[in-house]
Amino acid sequence: MRLVLALIAGALFGGGLFVSGMTDTTKVQGWLDVFGDWDPTLAFVMGGAVIPMFFAWRLTKGRRPVAGGAFPAPPRPEVDRRLVTGSVMFGAGWGLAGLCPGPAIASITYAGPGGIVFVAAMVAGMLLAPKVDAQLNRLAAAT
Amino acid sequence: METDWIWGLVGGGLIGLGGAVFLLGNGRIMGASGILGGLVDGSGRNTAAERIVFLLGVIVAPLVLWPLYNVEIDTHLTDDLVVLVTAGLLVGVGTRIANGCTSGHGVCGISRLSLRGIVATVFYILAGGLTLAVFRHVLGVI
Repeated sequence: MRLVLALIAGALFGGGLFVSGMTDTTKVQGWLDVFGDWDPTLAFVMGGAVIPMFFAWRLTKGRRPVAGGAFPAPPRPEVDRRLVTGSVMFGAGWGLAGLCPGPAIASITYAGPGGIVFVAAMVAGMLLAPKVDAQLNRLAAAT
Repeated sequence: METDWIWGLVGGGLIGLGGAVFLLGNGRIMGASGILGGLVDGSGRNTAAERIVFLLGVIVAPLVLWPLYNVEIDTHLTDDLVVLVTAGLLVGVGTRIANGCTSGHGVCGISRLSLRGIVATVFYILAGGLTLAVFRHVLGVI
């Protein structure tokens, strides 16, 4: 049951990324590029995705997940330095290549060698993250 | 193209439905960096099977939809190795430190009005826009 639902969710996610054009890096960079030929598509994708999710969150109230277990805990309220520094690093990489994790995975079969290089570097980055995080914490403690 | 926004809305709806299935079905937040990251660093060992199957769905869906499209699909991804490796590393490190990316903090966070999701989204969009402005319009390298 869990695996079937995960496969359906993944397929909807991957299909949505493909159909919306979000695996095309020019559309992502086009949205971020306010000084160039601005492309509004990403805003429609975000809006289109947030609406069903908004109702899904409301449906979690007083219920349990279909496949058992529990729903995620309420979001933590605190905004910390790690959230901001991590997001800034992620955003910089996103702007440089026009790929974020979802589309990078979805386009792995058709983005050519570059797509594989990007995903390999991203996986390496995920492995390095605890070390970078510790280094940033030391820096923050020293200042 | 003038139909791009319609496809954006349709595709976005599918992404949101995927997130709804993962949440209401499995009780999980659909965040691409978290699902992959948990496999990469072993923190998601207990849910490895569902993570792998999810990622399989993400990869296979475009291949199934592909024949329905008679337009050429091009990711327009750069072939500059330095840019690809730098960007990939930044995305990998950043999403793990921030604990989320466009899907987890963006789609799933904003839709539950999570302050952390909204703040993360503001910062990665600002950083992305600024990076693109500097490297494309000032330095002219991407």
